[in-house]
Amino acid sequence: MPFVDDGFEALLEPFYNGKKLTDPISTKEDKFQLLPAFLKVKGLVKQHIDSYNFFVEHEIKEIVRANRTIRSDVDSNFWLEFRDIRVLRPRRQDHADIKTRKEVSPMECRLRDMTYAAPIEVDIVYIRDKQKISRKNVPLGRMPVMLKSSRCWLSGATNAQMESMNECPLDPGGYFIINGTEKVILIQEQLSKNRVIVEADEKNNIITASCTSSTHERKSKTSVTLKKDKITLVHNVLVENIPIVIVLKAMGGLSDYEIMQLVAGSDGRYQDEFVINFDEATRVGVFTQQQALEYIGARVKMGSKRGQFGPMPRRNNIEDGLDALSNLVVAHVPIEGLDFYPKAIYLAMMTRKVLMASQNTKLVDDRDFVGNKRLELAGQLLSLLFEDHFKRFMGEVKLSIDKFLKKHNRGVALDAVQMVSNHANTIGMGINRAIQTGNWTVKRFNMNRAGVTHVLSRLSYISALGMMTRISSQFEKTRKVSGPRALQPSQWGMLCTSDTPEGEACGLVKNLALMTHITTNVEEEPVKRWVFTLDAGVEPIRNFSGAEMHREGNFMIHINGTPFALTRYPKRFAHKFRTMRRRGWISPFVSININTHFNAVHIATDEGRICRPYIIVKNGQQKLKPEHLRLLQMGRATFDDFLRKGVVEYLDVNEENDALITIYEDQITQSTTHLEIEPFTILGAVAGLIPFPHHNQSPRNTYQCAMGKQAIGAIAYNQFNRIDTLLYTLVYPQRPMVISKTIQLVHYDKLPAGQNATVVVMSYSGYDIEDALVLNKASIDRGFGRCQVFRKYATELIKLPNGKKDRMGNPDYTLEKHAILDVDGLATVGYQVKSGEVMVKKETPEDQTSTGIGLDRGSNMFRDASISYRIPDPAYIDKVMLSRTEKDSMVVKVQTRQTRRPELGDKFSSRHGQKGVVGIIVDQEDMPFADSGVTPDIIMNPHGFPSRMTVGKLLECLTGKASIVHGRPDYGFGDAFRSHPLEEMSKVLVDHGFSWEGKDYFTSGITGEPLEAYIFNGPIYYQRLKHMVQDKMHSRAHGPMAILTRQPTEGRSRDGGLRLGEMERDCLIAYGASQLLLERLMISSDGTEIDICQQCGLFGYKGYCHTCKSTREVAKMTMPYAAKLLVQELISMNVGVRLQLEDEFPHPKQV
Amino acid sequence: MAPSTKAQWAQPPSKEELERRNTVNINKETVTNTVSTDFPGHFPGEDHAFSIDRFQSGFDITFHQNDQFHASFSLVGIDASLANAFRRILIAEIPTLAIENVFITNNTSVIQDEVLAHRLGLIPFKGGREGLRNFLRFKKGEDAQDYDTVQLDLNVTCTVNTDASPNETDPLKAYHNAHVYAKDITFTPQGRQEQYFSGEDAIVPVNPDILIAKMRPRQTIELSMYMNLGVGSDHSKFSPVATASYRLMPTIKITKPIIGADAQKFANCFPEGVIGLEKVSKKEAGQRGSGYEGHAGELKAVVVDPMRDTVSRECLRHEEFEGKVQLGRRRDHFIFSVESTGQWDSDELFLEAVKKLKQKCKKLEDQVDNMVR
Repeated sequence: MPFVDDGFEALLEPFYNGKKLTDPISTKEDKFQLLPAFLKVKGLVKQHIDSYNFFVEHEIKEIVRANRTIRSDVDSNFWLEFRDIRVLRPRRQDHADIKTRKEVSPMECRLRDMTYAAPIEVDIVYIRDKQKISRKNVPLGRMPVMLKSSRCWLSGATNAQMESMNECPLDPGGYFIINGTEKVILIQEQLSKNRVIVEADEKNNIITASCTSSTHERKSKTSVTLKKDKITLVHNVLVENIPIVIVLKAMGGLSDYEIMQLVAGSDGRYQDEFVINFDEATRVGVFTQQQALEYIGARVKMGSKRGQFGPMPRRNNIEDGLDALSNLVVAHVPIEGLDFYPKAIYLAMMTRKVLMASQNTKLVDDRDFVGNKRLELAGQLLSLLFEDHFKRFMGEVKLSIDKFLKKHNRGVALDAVQMVSNHANTIGMGINRAIQTGNWTVKRFNMNRAGVTHVLSRLSYISALGMMTRISSQFEKTRKVSGPRALQPSQWGMLCTSDTPEGEACGLVKNLALMTHITTNVEEEPVKRWVFTLDAGVEPIRNFSGAEMHREGNFMIHINGTPFALTRYPKRFAHKFRTMRRRGWISPFVSININTHFNAVHIATDEGRICRPYIIVKNGQQKLKPEHLRLLQMGRATFDDFLRKGVVEYLDVNEENDALITIYEDQITQSTTHLEIEPFTILGAVAGLIPFPHHNQSPRNTYQCAMGKQAIGAIAYNQFNRIDTLLYTLVYPQRPMVISKTIQLVHYDKLPAGQNATVVVMSYSGYDIEDALVLNKASIDRGFGRCQVFRKYATELIKLPNGKKDRMGNPDYTLEKHAILDVDGLATVGYQVKSGEVMVKKETPEDQTSTGIGLDRGSNMFRDASISYRIPDPAYIDKVMLSRTEKDSMVVKVQTRQTRRPELGDKFSSRHGQKGVVGIIVDQEDMPFADSGVTPDIIMNPHGFPSRMTVGKLLECLTGKASIVHGRPDYGFGDAFRSHPLEEMSKVLVDHGFSWEGKDYFTSGITGEPLEAYIFNGPIYYQRLKHMVQDKMHSRAHGPMAILTRQPTEGRSRDGGLRLGEMERDCLIAYGASQLLLERLMISSDGTEIDICQQCGLFGYKGYCHTCKSTREVAKMTMPYAAKLLVQELISMNVGVRLQLEDEFPHPKQV
Repeated sequence: MAPSTKAQWAQPPSKEELERRNTVNINKETVTNTVSTDFPGHFPGEDHAFSIDRFQSGFDITFHQNDQFHASFSLVGIDASLANAFRRILIAEIPTLAIENVFITNNTSVIQDEVLAHRLGLIPFKGGREGLRNFLRFKKGEDAQDYDTVQLDLNVTCTVNTDASPNETDPLKAYHNAHVYAKDITFTPQGRQEQYFSGEDAIVPVNPDILIAKMRPRQTIELSMYMNLGVGSDHSKFSPVATASYRLMPTIKITKPIIGADAQKFANCFPEGVIGLEKVSKKEAGQRGSGYEGHAGELKAVVVDPMRDTVSRECLRHEEFEGKVQLGRRRDHFIFSVESTGQWDSDELFLEAVKKLKQKCKKLEDQVDNMVR
């Protein structure tokens, strides 16, 4: 096996907790080693990659196999078949076969604004001249490739290979590169498909059991509703609710007695409640299947006539009803040979659930239960899209083939390959566009989702990683329901409890926990076979009547929510099933759980379930033995080996309910079934950065999760090779003094975003109120918090359709703004660029429209279209890049760089949701100093602690201090629930002559006398956040005005004015400062001189009234331009406006 | 405070009273008596006016350590304001030579120009004393002169080491100049600088092994640097000390005997050598009311060297020592610690600080004179 350094080696090989091969291993202490082993195969971003791989390797072939043939309506002898489809590895689109290097690296795509995509190839067979022709490797457009997926060049690459491709080995992958921008398909959360969910509307006393059926063809929702004692079936395609008895009768072959048994069994309570429904059928005169179908068929919505091509044959109501029942109502239950019994069982089951819920309100399902949720990943979303595009493509090919075959006197024989390649690009283009815009449109599902993809945030390594684990919910953000936003107990260990944004998306956007895995689809058929072979007591459900199904002690076995078999021994069956799964005969991601409320055994094989590994416990003994960990330590075993050996297994949220899981080894009892691998995996990757999170008030951890993504630091190893629109980097990033296992696992210690500041907690100078920080000037001089800001300026030299081209102009050195340009018209690397200076001297032809035909030539002049630097603070030219895009036009990218030292007002934050701005920068000599001569980098006001209750920060400080004096970087761990004990830290401090509680004697740097209290001090990891004064400060005396209103422009970017708003205006009115109001609202804003005719009250012009044809009564006055505009607009709407003027101080002459 | 009686008016303060006044109390959670009171008018009837004779008689300096990079000495009999003034001058006001301007001709290394310049600025340099002290002056105006500007150069190119084995992975062996160190900086004397800074006295980095940048083959750094005198208050690169600070002399007073196992525990509460263990002598044991009765031969805790104490206050944490020990610090005993960056010797720096303070006083005196006139 080639040596792949993906960063986990260091963690796996020698036990990184300072353990050597010879040291004894205890399962209690060292079982967390399973975590890096797990992350090597699953977890974090691997779910995206797994899902994409599944799509590219299996799903895409399935889709093509399901729609593989095209037959012509014109020539019945013709057919075309797609035998196979393959997605190759990424290649340059503009490659010529002569050139050797066809492979394209992700970095090249990023820089050249290309799409990282691979060609799709198909094998086709078709008829030409009555001969079967087979063609292999026919190109079928290009498929965007997910980074680090099996199709990507980066998959399995060693560190050295990654480096040669200019790629960061720590980059998580899992995103796409579309036209040079990195795009992520967020994980989508949805209610599970093909499962029955019972809901109660307590206000209107309605109980509904609904089921969203999803098949390849369509998606539809069927529900069974209990309203005013009557049970009806509701479906989109039916104009009105149909009494359930009629539906069941329409299924055929069921007598009233059988229907009653199927629904209610022999339970009197349910029978009594259900029996009224038979009257419904009697009332409308439905007694037979024929009548029932007639009844239903008459209520099938018109216009729902399906079928893609050709005229639909006319059908009668019975056919309509039959069609609706077999294909639309609970569409995912297949009908074979008009055998409606399985569907009848399904509908009866839904009805029964409604009845049960009406008897016992506890049986109503919880929509927010994580087990009822499915996560849709990139692969699934892409396969939806691909199927849609592929079907459309097939339609187009068929159409053009038909068109060709219709011609009677065609010269050449039909070449289907031509047809295929003509339409080939539509698929790739469509997928490309969807990923780029984020608009997911699938016609056959009526799906139209916006905002599925996002630009990967590269603010910091953590922000990129956090984006890969983000889950967005389909819920509307505006709705004020708390249920979906609340923390659900079943989220334990699956979704991070801390990482969610504040504000409108709070609780709707979630993040995966560290050990979560999302299942991909497992084939149902083999599992179905296993169900019967496992246990002799299992029989197909088809063999039973309702009475037997619902008899006490009989358990229905459901596969993916559909009743399938019956057993009397559910526990024995589940046990056998699990044994086979642990032995590896059944996929580890198939879950089984027993539901005693509904007497059901549920087996789930579908995709999108959230699951997580546990250590198996049997007979009070855990299966994980020290020798397993030893094997892991020696690198002889992987996580999957343990899975196969039955040491660990995956449980999904539903199966979790069947298990008794302990967190710690010593709590195992005889009834325990599983043991947690590590309690801190309850948190996700972003929350895992917080040291001692279990000592913090919970919202503080949430705040940190939001702020960790804004911290400036290292982004990737290749950060200086990238040209990002905006890139922040820290000049001297440091690994945190207090780290956690999560930090090591996500490699935050290799790409950190922050510095260890010596913090002293005391009040100083009064410039530290309201969370402001006091910074040491000497620390800043020495490089604390120093950061760099890189900005991209890009332009393309476009070829116009009239053959003219943009060009680079020659600099004119007599102009001051051309000072930094080189002779090629590009800025010189290393030069300082000031506001207003030109960086790219681009020129564009004046003539953009002429055709160049005949006399229509247009001018040959060029207009200046150069890019200049607009920011007030100067920067340096860091890079200039010239390249060609796929469209063969030249791109010019200029990157500028600013180095900034912290200044007053810059924002900093610790890792405990404690943000603050710099309030004052103090000279070193004025700083308080300890006996050892230590002066603080940061002074923090102690008022930040009592109300925030961030005890974790105090512990971080103390642990950090102990680690420093001890001199071991890996000394203190701040993991949730397994942090280093505080007493040990205190002991170390005392041993090194410090106070046990971290508070030391300090001397004032100003007076030279001792401070009257002992001061808590130590290193705390501080993050510099991206919000900086330099980017925000703004003022203006006078400046640009908006064209329409002639009022000052708005916003900093337009050098806008500062608005005197309504409330400020109210103050001035209340105060009576009328002259100030007049000045602010008119004179300094949009006051204009207007001529008004006092005779007609309309506007005049240049002292002349055009209405009255006179200058006599025209007066000048000043009014806001906006008011003038209002008057004119009203006039244009036929609302007459007259302005009547009066002298406030009448003229003496007129008196 | 108790109302003073007439008798105290006449009498000078007792020894205990002086001791009390001269001690900063180190309590469990607070520090009290932090402000000095020996100024005129604070104690009725006592004269605390500054007199040079009294200062001279009470003042004392002892050195504990005196190396180039670290000097530790005690100043006894001086007020905190003066001691602090020296400390502040040491950090911020002693003229020091450091790189101020960097002219980058070519820099193809991965490190950005500004960052490189910042790193260069922070490198401490040393050179001939005479030149540094008497020849060089603060730079005024734009034009550089030999007496105010020192030119340095750095020209390095990384190349492949053809002698190294092709499988060499250590960049230091595989390439020449893979790491750029402070020692690669070259100094060219200008004008009269030849006299002051040549041979031994040349201007060179104090620590030759400071890493400036890392390079790979075909990368080049080509730049010239200009050094000026500056002060630490302008930028900390002009600070001649890594840090200069002081602490007060700790005092430990065992008020009630600590004997036996407690004595051992007591000693463990302090750094090694602060507390010694002695056997209780027969004489002490015989003394009534001493607290040692009947403990002859057992170990008792005695204070040996309070200067080594770090004042961790650990002994105040334990119940068994409650009321038995009193911690404090001598207000007028400053244990200075000066860590030079190497341009000056540490002890020399202190003298320089005194000189600077004197200059400042002179200046003030002149100004006062002018004001009065």
